[in-house]
Amino acid sequence: MPKSQAKPRKVSTPSTSQVFPHHPGSVLSIADLELDDVSSILKAASQLENEDPLKRTKQLFKRRVSLLFYESSTRTRTSFELAAKQLGADTVLVSALSSSIEKGESLKDTGITLRALGAECIILRHSSSGAPYVLSRATGLPILNAGDGMHEHPSQALLDLRTILTHLRGAKAAAPVSDTTLKGVTVTICGDIFHSRVARSNMLLLPRLGAHVLLSGPQALLPDTAASAGPGIAIERDFDRALKQSQIVIMLRIQAERLAGLNLDLDEYKLRYQANAERMAAHAPDALVMHPGPMIRGLEITSEVADGPQSAIAEQVRHGVAVRMALLARALGPASKSGASKGKRK
Amino acid sequence: MKPILIRGGRVVDPSSGIDADRDVLLKDGRVSAIDAPGKLNAAARQDAAEIFDAKGLIVAPGLVDIHVHLREPGQGYKETIASGTAAAAAGGFTAVCAMPNTIPVNDSPDITRWMQSPERGAQIRVFPIAAATRGSMGEALTEYGALKAAGAVGVTDDGKPILGDSIMRQTLVAAARAGLPVIQHAEDTRLTGGCSMNAGALAFRLGLRGMPVEAESGLVERDIRLLAELKDSRAHLHVAHLSTAKALDAVRKARRNGLHVTCEVAPHHFVLNEEAVAEYDTHAKMNPPLRAEADRQAMLEGIIEGAVDSIATDHAPHAAHEKEQEFERSPNGITGLETALGLTMAVLHGKHKLPLSRIIALLSTQPAAVLNLKGRGSLAVGSFADVVIFDPKKHWIFQASASKSKSKNTPFDGWSMLGSVTATISEGRIAYRA
Repeated sequence: MPKSQAKPRKVSTPSTSQVFPHHPGSVLSIADLELDDVSSILKAASQLENEDPLKRTKQLFKRRVSLLFYESSTRTRTSFELAAKQLGADTVLVSALSSSIEKGESLKDTGITLRALGAECIILRHSSSGAPYVLSRATGLPILNAGDGMHEHPSQALLDLRTILTHLRGAKAAAPVSDTTLKGVTVTICGDIFHSRVARSNMLLLPRLGAHVLLSGPQALLPDTAASAGPGIAIERDFDRALKQSQIVIMLRIQAERLAGLNLDLDEYKLRYQANAERMAAHAPDALVMHPGPMIRGLEITSEVADGPQSAIAEQVRHGVAVRMALLARALGPASKSGASKGKRK
Repeated sequence: MKPILIRGGRVVDPSSGIDADRDVLLKDGRVSAIDAPGKLNAAARQDAAEIFDAKGLIVAPGLVDIHVHLREPGQGYKETIASGTAAAAAGGFTAVCAMPNTIPVNDSPDITRWMQSPERGAQIRVFPIAAATRGSMGEALTEYGALKAAGAVGVTDDGKPILGDSIMRQTLVAAARAGLPVIQHAEDTRLTGGCSMNAGALAFRLGLRGMPVEAESGLVERDIRLLAELKDSRAHLHVAHLSTAKALDAVRKARRNGLHVTCEVAPHHFVLNEEAVAEYDTHAKMNPPLRAEADRQAMLEGIIEGAVDSIATDHAPHAAHEKEQEFERSPNGITGLETALGLTMAVLHGKHKLPLSRIIALLSTQPAAVLNLKGRGSLAVGSFADVVIFDPKKHWIFQASASKSKSKNTPFDGWSMLGSVTATISEGRIAYRA
């Protein structure tokens, strides 16, 4: 088992920058990817999407992909599964209920078991932040993080980026990206930032392409420290003011299951932060409205907006399959074309 | 037990102000004589003493760790008193103070005596620290007088801080009357529910709930306020594993005001900062958590200027399967007995040029004084023959797999250390030899 800190190090220099200690095809955090990696993933997504379906099944024909889901999921699970199948891979789904996880089997043992059963790549959804790192250390396999606790959801950030690029660049969506690709673009992320892994992956990715990210939400759901998570991030608690500056708006679900004890007045919340028709018309009539789902219609977003002309929500889901095909091809692909770009940690 | 003459070494004994070449004669479990090189040869011959050649080595009072978890009774799969003290001896320690969060909790004279029984197979001296309240439940005080008579050297509910003002006040009063220090794990647990690392931007980015600095400093400030209100000069508050600049400032201020407040800092809190958590390494998970770089620097400054009394490891062994879990599920704590001297030497002596006498004071003389361990932390004639002999110039690589502890949960596996232990002598008996 590869140890992350096995090399002799000099004391008194607390530091973490080291070579990526995981499988080069893994994506545990969006920060694992250099912009070159992002470019090749976007390119591969377009190629795979446009490829003849029969030929496409040869890409990962009979390769074995496990989906290990400790939390429920509709979009992510289905699109990863469809992506794997469209590339010809065999998939097997293990979910926390109805597996030995219920009997107390550890994540490590579950990973080792899946590997022994022939899994070549594991897609993990887990309720605990950092769980993909445990699985990676235990198995050494390529791990794709499909959402871990409050930490990250990197494939969502990539599909959100593809959605944004499609709207901003049109046909050239798959062209390589650079640190100026989103220069002058302001993206507002609104809602329960604190509990959102989607927010974290997006706020770490988009500024690297030159975007300015505004976070909007009440104190209880958006601590001030969020602005220091990385460069290019600022907090604008006045949602209307944030909207005025934004070309892109990403709405987040109010995670009712996580609100215990927060004492949030939902009527007050809707008044200040709901994406509704009047607000959008007044402050951001041309902005693209996104939402990673699941939505709570009538709470953070109204049906008029979710189903309206500004909405890219269904489109996001569609991009999910293409991006996840690219991630799977990268994870299992011809022994690491991706490995060449040995993903250093940011 | 044969007498031992330690010959040709450089004696560093802050308790008697010696830092010079001296020979040391150990006899009947005590330091029998200490004199200029060669002067004790005749006496040694007369006693048929074993000769220990310490040329080029430091001879110092055995190290004293006032904060360890030996896991016995109850959790022998993590550590036993025998294995923990073997690790301690390998690390140069001749006395360790064992925390009461065992199973059952050490809240009785019986358990206190059980821990010190020869049947436990301790390689060095074990001083139990007893629970301050029954079962460490924070409700009813234990019997401090009887616990002290059984050998307890302090009281604490380590890991379960005493939050209630009234019970903490009672604890301070009763402990002062019994002549025992009150050791507080300063954490306002009302602010740290579900938290697994230091609060701040990194915790946010990692999606982990963070413990604010104020959870520590707030409780230290509260304890100091209670102590000040007592006006009982015998009352002694000792702050365990202090980790924040803010709490250290509170301790400094209390001391300026003449209060009897002491504190300890663990090596990991002056060697590592919260960045070590970045890959969800559970070997970097402990409580108090690794803090921001500014707090790490504050710990170094506090140690160097003398505001910190003691370095203590908070040696907290856990089995591999417990640490190989999701970060939030993994238990807190790391082992520390075999890396304390090597890290302290590398950082404080090697990098920050703290003289050896200060290193020994921080690891031996002062901790012994904090918990009033008579005859420990000193090579003065008549003291216990507790000695560490080490090579202060030797760099070595710590290998967790070679550790004598039952558990290998350390973030320092593969790290370069300075100062390697040649031998540890506990009450005149060689407890460890490299």
